[in-house]
Amino acid sequence: MNNVSLVVTAIVGCAAAIAGGALPVRTRVGAAVILTWGACAAAFVGAVHVLQTGHPMVLNSTRILPITGVSMALDPLGAIFVVITAVVAIASTLYWLGYASHGLSSRTASAAMPVFVTSMLLVPAAGSVATFMWLWEVMALASLLLVLVDQRRREETRSAAQWYAVMTHAGAAAILLALVMIAGHGGGQTFAAIRIHAAHLPTAVRTTAFLLALIGFGSKAGAVPLHVWLPKAHPEAPSPASALMSGAMVNLGIYGILLVGDRLLGGGPTWWWLVVTGVGVISALFGALHAATSTDLKRLLAYSTADNMGLVLIGVGASGLFASTGHPIVASIAMVSALLLTVNHAAFKGSLFLSAGSVQVATGSRDLDRLGGLMKRMPVTGAVFLVGGLAIAALPPLNGFVGEWMLFQSLLHGLPTSSTAVAIAVPVGVAALALTGGLTAAAFVKAIGIGFLGRPRSEGATTAHEVPRTMQFGAGLLAGFCVVLGIVPSIVMPALERAAAVAVPGASARPLSASTDLRLVGFQGVLAPALLAGGLALAFFLVVILRRIAQRRSDLRLTLRSAEPWGCGRELQTARMQYTATSFAEPLQQVFDDVLRPDRDLDVSHLAESRYYTEKIAYRTSIGDVIEHNLYRPIIGAVYRWGLWARRLQNGSVHRYLAYGLVVLVIILAVIV
Amino acid sequence: MSGGGSLVGGVLVAGIQITAVAVGGPLLVGIMRKIRCRLEGRIGPPIHQPLLDLRKLFSKQRMRPEQSSWVFGVAPVVLVATSVLIAAMAPLATTRPPFGRTADFFAIVFVLLLGSVSLALAALDTGTPFGGMGSSRAMTIGALAEPALLVAILAMSIPAHTSNLPALVRIGLVHPQLIASPERILALVSFLVVILAESGRLPVDNPSTHLELTMIHEAMVLEYAGPDLGLVTLGESMRLALLLGLLVNLFAPWGIADRTGAAAFTIGLAALFAKVVLAGIGIATFEVFTAKLRLFRLPELLAGAFVLAVVAAVTALVVR
Repeated sequence: MNNVSLVVTAIVGCAAAIAGGALPVRTRVGAAVILTWGACAAAFVGAVHVLQTGHPMVLNSTRILPITGVSMALDPLGAIFVVITAVVAIASTLYWLGYASHGLSSRTASAAMPVFVTSMLLVPAAGSVATFMWLWEVMALASLLLVLVDQRRREETRSAAQWYAVMTHAGAAAILLALVMIAGHGGGQTFAAIRIHAAHLPTAVRTTAFLLALIGFGSKAGAVPLHVWLPKAHPEAPSPASALMSGAMVNLGIYGILLVGDRLLGGGPTWWWLVVTGVGVISALFGALHAATSTDLKRLLAYSTADNMGLVLIGVGASGLFASTGHPIVASIAMVSALLLTVNHAAFKGSLFLSAGSVQVATGSRDLDRLGGLMKRMPVTGAVFLVGGLAIAALPPLNGFVGEWMLFQSLLHGLPTSSTAVAIAVPVGVAALALTGGLTAAAFVKAIGIGFLGRPRSEGATTAHEVPRTMQFGAGLLAGFCVVLGIVPSIVMPALERAAAVAVPGASARPLSASTDLRLVGFQGVLAPALLAGGLALAFFLVVILRRIAQRRSDLRLTLRSAEPWGCGRELQTARMQYTATSFAEPLQQVFDDVLRPDRDLDVSHLAESRYYTEKIAYRTSIGDVIEHNLYRPIIGAVYRWGLWARRLQNGSVHRYLAYGLVVLVIILAVIV
Repeated sequence: MSGGGSLVGGVLVAGIQITAVAVGGPLLVGIMRKIRCRLEGRIGPPIHQPLLDLRKLFSKQRMRPEQSSWVFGVAPVVLVATSVLIAAMAPLATTRPPFGRTADFFAIVFVLLLGSVSLALAALDTGTPFGGMGSSRAMTIGALAEPALLVAILAMSIPAHTSNLPALVRIGLVHPQLIASPERILALVSFLVVILAESGRLPVDNPSTHLELTMIHEAMVLEYAGPDLGLVTLGESMRLALLLGLLVNLFAPWGIADRTGAAAFTIGLAALFAKVVLAGIGIATFEVFTAKLRLFRLPELLAGAFVLAVVAAVTALVVR
């Protein structure tokens, strides 16, 4: 049992990729999907075994990769991420079966998808620097191919892929540097060897390596200000790939930070974790604010990913803070909450991206201002999106609520025990968490209300039909997890506790007494999600029954009459009179004007006869990314100018190249002699 | 009548608290209207008028706008259900409500939020400009009020080492000096502003206006009629009563039953009524002398509440 599952995952995953690349178009996707499920199932079984026993799964082979060999070691922390990836991948590939006819059945896509899934399943199992970087790069390249699927049709796709490629490779370079630095000073390149020598590393090396890893993995996790690729690549990728990227891939950024910060370096000084918390706060607020003001459905979801990863980082940072100030139990609670937030995010964001893809397929648009009225036309997709949206807004009885409650509890109980720096950081964290929560609720009321309720705002939305069953099931599976994890989160708690015990240095305690209630051990804090859900359901039926009783007395039957809504006496109401996503977000946009810096453009043209009458008014508004505009554009501009200048070195003249050769030779000789 | 100890007692306590809130909420609204009318020199409707209105509404036929989906019909039920759940669990007349150990303050805030969100969704489901307008404004105010509320809760929870609501109320009984502590007073002001914002009172929203363009809450529920409107009105008045009930119990817990037994519970119920009515009279009086703020001045008010809450949290840490 100990390492068979890793081998099977790798082999079946490769077989899936070959099947996707080699088979004819009719059988290609089906074969690739079934084989990918095999790989996911094998990885899932192995990871669950690791979580149950607590013993890592080890595999070493010198035959596969030359020089370095392959070294795998799956511990409970990694196993959590394998389980998340496997579940999201099964749902997304199920969805892919129905989605394939909408431009995702090419050889490249069918081969890249299994490679992407398999590499994500194996990254958390990597046990050495070389293996890790190898799998990490395969994952990055496979996902890049998937982002590029639509590139022939859309100009934006190419630009998005460029951004993604640059950000992910700059990140990979930072990660490589960090890992090589600690491996070089330590006893070797396997993680086990690094861990033994980590305590003896010079402080400068530890700090530099941690910061580099934070940058590298932070860019993968979409941490602000390294998030710029996220709102570009996630919307442009085909929806099953976006669901995988947002539900599974960004998590691995979090895994990386935990790997380097906690597992390899064994924790660090308080200020490291203050930095992590700070990054989390900024990501959460920035992401939530942009999600609340976005009008593109998938862009909204992508910003909300940055927001959620920010919340996870707050949990990771808080855990580190409490551990570094000597409070391992609160640190464990914070770590469990961070992992729970990750699990939850995978469930709701996966289902949201998949149902957003269904909307795009059914209506041909993902612009909220062109949607509406889909709840009646696509009831299943609408219900799935509703569940996902309410879950992400942290409303009971769904899973997002449980995660946020735990994060609040860890911050509350960590507060009185800690130093001044922590005492200032934590209220700020709570405030950010709360504001994020409010903004997220607004963002998803907008997404659900404008996208699925009311009247259809375009031809495409009017004629929309429900998507194929496989797509409904794929999205519905993950929405089902949102409900189950919201009512009985205790089913994943033992696994998360075991992973947290691995991640938090010096902690072995079980921070939660797991019955169906969530009870913090050592603190007064209890949440009974099942009771809340049951109470809500009971109250709901009580109200319905009382309404019936009240109605029975009247002579009017319970028939529901539908009527024209009130329009201030106007006869005709059109869909264009409704609030749009832009107008819905306008008050928030005004409140946060200084942060968002929207571009507004107002053209008023007057009638020729009299300036007192206007002929037409044109109003344009768009919200760009302030960070992209103020941080990245200048850098890109500088690089471009430098490139132009450097081009002067090459003018095609052989004489000049010979002169360069001579100069370099002289310099080399001068240096050597 | 213990917290989950005896099932019958628990159900009885929950039932009485729910009934008290469901009847008391509309009465509270009636009293507040009466006070306002009297202070403005009018006689005003009798205080049980909201109950009569409810009876009338529930005897009417259900109606819905033609473009709406099932969300429109479900939202009022969810709104009332959230209020019923909180009325059952919260420490209103006793500090030992059934399932009180799970009545976490953060959890209750999120349950309340579920009610607000479902109403905001229903407003968008009407497909009219008023619904969208009300929904957009309500969610904006909600997004800005939530941080103040949650940080205020944090500030109150720090000295108590828990965010369990019955425990927070009880600690005020056991250590009365905590109520006069600076962090509780700052949190009180913050909490009060949030209650005014969440329940749509002046200076945030005018509950008695009927001019569509100036309203927030009324714009959201404009399309409701008959029993559904009855549910919305009932749900809103229950929320007001609940929030005020929590407020008075957190900042003036005296009279609340801290023991089991029918006598203590009855006294607790009477004390609750008296305190909530007093708070309601206070708010109504305040409303007479206040004008509604412009929509875009509201963020300043809510940011003020937020700053107070943060100061409260920091004070709680320094004072400890």
